[in-house]
Amino acid sequence: MISSAKNAPADAFAAFLDQDLSTKLLRFTTAGSVDDGKSTLIGRLLHDSKAVYEDQLASVKRSRINRSTGPIDFSLITDGLRAEREQGITIDVAYRYFATSRRKFIIADTPGHEQYTRNMATGASTADLAVILIDATKGLLAQTRRHAFIASVLGIKHVLAAVNKMDLAEYREDLFLKLKDDFVTLAAQLGITNVQCIPISALEGDNIVERSARMRWYDGPTLLEHLETVPLPDSDSLEGFRFPIQSVIRPDANFRGFAGRIASGVVRPGDSVVALPSGQKTRVHSIVTYDGDLPRASSPMSVTLQLEAEIDLSRGDMLVSSLDVPRVARNFHATVVWLHANPLELGRTYLVKHTVRQTKIRATRIRHRVNINTLMQEQATQLRMNEIGSVEFEANVPLFFDPYASNRTTGSFILIDALSNATVGAGMIQEDPAAKRGSAPAEAAANLRIPAGSPVSAQERRIRRGHWPAVLLLEGRQALATRLERHLFEQGFEVLHLTDSAVSTVALSETIRVTQAAGIVVLYSGSDLDAETKRLIATNSEGRFFDLAESKTSHLSEEEHAGQALAFAQALRLPRAEKNQEKVN
Amino acid sequence: MGISEISIERQDSSVASESPELLVSKRLNHLRMLESESIYILREAAAEFARPVMLYSIGKDSSVMLRLAQKAFFPGKIPFPLLHIDTSFKFPEMIEFRDSYAKQIGAELIVHKNQDALDAGANPFLLGTQKCCGLLKTKSLLDALTEGGFDAAFGGARRDEEKSRAKERIYSFRDSLGQWDPKNQRPELWNIFNSRLDKGESIRVFPLSNWTELDVWLYIHVEQIPIVPLYFSREREVVLRNGSIVVINNSSQLLPGEKTQTLKCRMRSLGCVSCTGAIRSEADTLPKIIEEMVSFRRSERENRAIDHDEEGSMELKKREGYF
Repeated sequence: MISSAKNAPADAFAAFLDQDLSTKLLRFTTAGSVDDGKSTLIGRLLHDSKAVYEDQLASVKRSRINRSTGPIDFSLITDGLRAEREQGITIDVAYRYFATSRRKFIIADTPGHEQYTRNMATGASTADLAVILIDATKGLLAQTRRHAFIASVLGIKHVLAAVNKMDLAEYREDLFLKLKDDFVTLAAQLGITNVQCIPISALEGDNIVERSARMRWYDGPTLLEHLETVPLPDSDSLEGFRFPIQSVIRPDANFRGFAGRIASGVVRPGDSVVALPSGQKTRVHSIVTYDGDLPRASSPMSVTLQLEAEIDLSRGDMLVSSLDVPRVARNFHATVVWLHANPLELGRTYLVKHTVRQTKIRATRIRHRVNINTLMQEQATQLRMNEIGSVEFEANVPLFFDPYASNRTTGSFILIDALSNATVGAGMIQEDPAAKRGSAPAEAAANLRIPAGSPVSAQERRIRRGHWPAVLLLEGRQALATRLERHLFEQGFEVLHLTDSAVSTVALSETIRVTQAAGIVVLYSGSDLDAETKRLIATNSEGRFFDLAESKTSHLSEEEHAGQALAFAQALRLPRAEKNQEKVN
Repeated sequence: MGISEISIERQDSSVASESPELLVSKRLNHLRMLESESIYILREAAAEFARPVMLYSIGKDSSVMLRLAQKAFFPGKIPFPLLHIDTSFKFPEMIEFRDSYAKQIGAELIVHKNQDALDAGANPFLLGTQKCCGLLKTKSLLDALTEGGFDAAFGGARRDEEKSRAKERIYSFRDSLGQWDPKNQRPELWNIFNSRLDKGESIRVFPLSNWTELDVWLYIHVEQIPIVPLYFSREREVVLRNGSIVVINNSSQLLPGEKTQTLKCRMRSLGCVSCTGAIRSEADTLPKIIEEMVSFRRSERENRAIDHDEEGSMELKKREGYF
């Protein structure tokens, strides 16, 4: 770590501070069962990354309990409660903290036994990554499937399969490769795309922090290396702006601000916003913070917004982008993890807390229950503790939500028993299949470029892509265009980068006519174009045309140019309302 | 809504003034991430509970929590009072700092003492640390919460401090006797908190749950938050007692046979004079404290007598209502 900074001059401290303050946070969860050596793994990780203090280690060494075969029972570092130490199992979610020079980490350490599915779901709900332990001597078990399933249900994008106890398996490569194959197959079934498998021995410390000398056949990252380098989700500037109102701040007659934490997207003064549920429209006047007004704020910042117009807005309401509004509905269906000993009852009134809005809700139908060991769907009339199912709901008042898959904050909710006040269920709202199945809109004769009688209309293409086609001219800026292409692609745009080698400038305007018909966003970074070619491109793209050379801001940096191009692209997104409306028509 | 509404011009000024990390990474750094989460928690609890209060211990964590509260409700005032449980064995510098700082930021301050116990002569030498803490801190706290009718109390505890705290919720439910049941906690998913209570029950709210000791110090440095001078090293009159360095303010604190010596030292955490040891240190500025911290191999509560009475003692205290 940074212990060399001790007694160093002030500029060394400044360098340390700079580096530390630019460090990002990765939250991950761990799942494994009693005998997988999960607590040992975490204890080892904390110990080897020097996050365990000497006095805490001394206390572990002093303890009357040692469940390990070695001199130090690392699991005692994490099992905090008396009952856990006595029973030798992890009962509740424990949060652990450690840091390297590259990242800060929060571990949600969760018990893996079936009866603790709810704890695993709890730990997974805030995690960017899940570590799933596999015992090399036992292979993939029902519980491995369960852990991977829960990670996928809770929307975790990255899974690290740690194949543990390689020391008991003679560090055999063939065994590891087989388990790796098995796991990758399982992950693919569950729709988990980012998987890393690592052979380890938590007890011996192989491939945890230090590379193992006993598994030279393995050339991938160690467990810590992977945690330090796995890509983190950025706050997505192209997501719709969502701002649940926590409270109204009104210190005197001159100030009325709306306090909240940005759930997704970006906001700037001047942005057009819609208040839900009233539907009133206004613009953002200013973004107020203790540290001064901001020109821009993004998820997950906590800010206070002042609006241009006096509109009706209070706690539990939501401000959203007028270009992209969430669904507003009383009925929806969700994947539910049941957390309480009393089962979910159809027709019974529960309290629902969704973002900061609380109201009453009833479950109207259970579509199916998932057997968490076989992953088969089963008929069910109730959900018991630790069961997961697909449930239809009807709330007393409309909620404003997005599917959980696209927005973890506005897509999640908890259910509370109104009598006992217990938190009884956790829900993840699913994409509305009715909207997906919506019949194709009748296309007016709006788009002349589509030949008469074409079975696919321009509007249908647009709806499928979720954005308008357009052209961005970035003459001679190949590096910028390359970055933008990747970024926009990851944001869900259908995007194509054209260079001189891909298309001649003579053929460019014709090419763009075709890409426009196909609904694609084109980035052009080839050599400079003459005015006539630009005019043709502008015509062929129906004015959806961004020209960096025209932006009168040639003094700006590459990042600022990128910002302009992104802002243009953002506005190409179809408003969700339009999408839905078109689908329903 | 059509493409005609796209206005690049409007975006120009704001885009030009933002940081040049646009495509590189939009993720907030870890301190801003923690700050934003804490502000969210403070606002949630302030909005949902009828009568919240902030436990103010005068220490570094409380100082950070207080600044976060100022930020959460800016430009309004902090919409709840601060409560200090005064055992009357605190360092005089702490009391001085408490009174002047609360006044400076315009916060309402409530000070509560278990006067009955003090009148009966309660002190750590007579009762032992465990019993003394039980009377002057835990009981005093529970009395103060009941008297004030508070249904939620913010505390500056962090999960990285101690084992049993690692399993603590952000909203920690307490029954009508103020007791914590670690085996029967409400599941807490995402950042959605369940604030439902029956009469007499209460919730302890921990906005700093996910902060580490280093985060706290970095934030104090970056935000230039005032803290009690005891955290900074200087020469102090001390005695060595049972292996810890005890700061002596006046000779009445000396046990028979003890003699003071002068030592360059500072406090790593603040508590009662007799139960909080100092550490030898040269760190007399925030950068030096932070440098010392990152090279430390011992936890901050190590010098607190109360955590070491027996294994799991913090869990036992918390069950009874200790913060």
